[in-house]
Amino acid sequence: MTDAAVLAARSQAESSAPPLLEARHLSKRYHFGKRLLPGSGKIVHAVDDVSLAVFPGETLGLVGESGCGKSTLGRCLTRLYEISEGELLFEGREIGHVGARQLKPYRRKVQMIFQDPSGSLNPRRRVADILAQPLRVHGIRPRAEIDDRLRELMDLVGLPPGYLDRYPHEFSGGQRQRIGIARALAMEPQLIVADEPVSALDVSVQAQIVNLFADLRDQLALTYVFIAHDLAVVRQVSTRIAVMYLGSIVELGSTDTVYGRPAHPYTEALLSAIPEPHARQQCERIVLQGDLPSPISPPPGCRFHTRCPFADDRCRTERPLLRPLDDGRSVACHYPRTEVSRTAGT
Amino acid sequence: MPLTVETSTSIPLVDAHEIALEPVARQEGPWSRAWAKFRRDRTAVGAGVLLIVIVVASLLAPLYASQIAHTDPFRSGLSARILINGKRVPVMQPSTQGLGLGVTPIGPTWGARYLLGADTQGRDVAARLLYGGRNTLLIAGAATFLCFVFAAILGIVAGFFGGIVDLVISRVLDILWAFPVFLLAISLSIVLISQALVIGPFTIGAGSLALPIVIIGLVYVPYVARPVRGQVLTLKNSEFVLAAIGLGIPRWRILLKDILPNVSTTLIVFIPLMMALNIMTESALSFLSVGVQPPDASWGTIILDGESLLYTRPAVSLAPGLAIVITVLALNLLGDGVRDALDPRSKLRPR
Repeated sequence: MTDAAVLAARSQAESSAPPLLEARHLSKRYHFGKRLLPGSGKIVHAVDDVSLAVFPGETLGLVGESGCGKSTLGRCLTRLYEISEGELLFEGREIGHVGARQLKPYRRKVQMIFQDPSGSLNPRRRVADILAQPLRVHGIRPRAEIDDRLRELMDLVGLPPGYLDRYPHEFSGGQRQRIGIARALAMEPQLIVADEPVSALDVSVQAQIVNLFADLRDQLALTYVFIAHDLAVVRQVSTRIAVMYLGSIVELGSTDTVYGRPAHPYTEALLSAIPEPHARQQCERIVLQGDLPSPISPPPGCRFHTRCPFADDRCRTERPLLRPLDDGRSVACHYPRTEVSRTAGT
Repeated sequence: MPLTVETSTSIPLVDAHEIALEPVARQEGPWSRAWAKFRRDRTAVGAGVLLIVIVVASLLAPLYASQIAHTDPFRSGLSARILINGKRVPVMQPSTQGLGLGVTPIGPTWGARYLLGADTQGRDVAARLLYGGRNTLLIAGAATFLCFVFAAILGIVAGFFGGIVDLVISRVLDILWAFPVFLLAISLSIVLISQALVIGPFTIGAGSLALPIVIIGLVYVPYVARPVRGQVLTLKNSEFVLAAIGLGIPRWRILLKDILPNVSTTLIVFIPLMMALNIMTESALSFLSVGVQPPDASWGTIILDGESLLYTRPAVSLAPGLAIVITVLALNLLGDGVRDALDPRSKLRPR
């Protein structure tokens, strides 16, 4: 089942290898409110029909404003959340709906790094315990080698091995994030989904962690899905970019293409919000009207039409699907900005 | 300000080994940190010492009765006489007021015998106070233990497994929550007076201490189980539990290693506060004569004994009343100290 949307999700991948991880029409819905009768109650479409492919060796940046569902998507990709609908394939094998036992090998290959470095470490366990647990549970290393491996992991993330008997509260934010990374690396994964890994850190520490990600990618041949709302950070680390709006991907393509000439009006508005370091490059900022619509009752047609300055009747009724453009990227818009004249509609 | 592309090259980054490390002096665990903090809290330590004194005094009740007061606090001493200032004085003194009819028990003597006077049956109130403390503390302690065993199991199971399990447990707790404690105790004891309750190998008679223990213990289960369930729910969605799921750690192991140690602080914080609540409930039940049955004593029954002497010998009721107030106050102060030491950010406050 490789339909147009699934193919569009592979746009502008540098490698010709088959995708490492592929989501096909993936949806995540939450029910909330009173549900005494079946079918009653409210449904939140946190992730809505997302197709996405991650290729070995690349860093796929996932951007969007708060509440657009990028974290939920990340947690679905790592199977921390149950998937409501759609398929998830790792190396071609369906793992979206399998039970805990069949999932175990997948757990080893795909790891997650969390946003809040203090919340993601159990305050009542020593670092050595936190790092050793996955090694023991999965039998990754024989018991005798665990100590050596722990030292190796600490070294890999730039922490002195002497810190192994400390508790998480004794570390700074950046150090905790390094421990979080070490824990993910303990599993020797192929793919790491990093959910806003630097947004809780100081700018100076952010740069260190971003560099650590880059070093580890080169050293260990890792593939990343890098979720962030900070567009500058994403641009720096990503080879490809997926832009999300209200649970769906609106634009997908190589970093240079998307940042150079955004095709979706939302991407355009998002990128215009990046402060430019050089005044002469300052272009006009596009300020979107209104708030993010509620994912409980998403607008019909194009999800973005309520805030889009170029929306017309077609946008209000017909939902655009992700489709490839001539320059290789994919976009979910009836009137991509690269195809129409830039002055139209203004 | 967000990072710009140039950051990584234009700012010379110091090697992570140098920047990332501010030296951390000690490496203590959360428990030793809490203990160190508790030790500095003078009020809480004082309350703890006071409680130890109360418990030890209560445990030494038989010693006091036999060695110091030379009295049997469970036998009436209506015709007893004691020696005060070289004179033999009857414990039950003829009334000097009004028509001079009837007798009034002796008041506080400030001697070894009848330190706090005698009650209407001529029994030594001081010795009874200590024996009563034994029962009150035993019942409250056992009820607290029972309550916490059930509350911890139910709260953790409901919170961790969720779904239908949570639904059933939560509704049962709601029903228990809605039960009027005293009505339940009164009706049960009325039933048990005529016939002992036999549950398997256990027989609960009307005078058994097990009755107030079970009633108090079970009735307060929801008070503890609900916050525990709430905390387990929060922990279950915390990032470190998600991380453990992502690492493929088995569920029982997550429960044991990640959830339980974090819930245990909440449980410990609740213990003194529940103990205080249980002491008050036990005393109230005994005062209403549905708790400890005569001739056994508890602080509640002694207050009841002193009710008719309130105008002539207020010490009889006042002494156990003060004992309750002091113990409950000390438990609350201790509980505050324990909470501050273990869970400084917690907003959990029972009741």
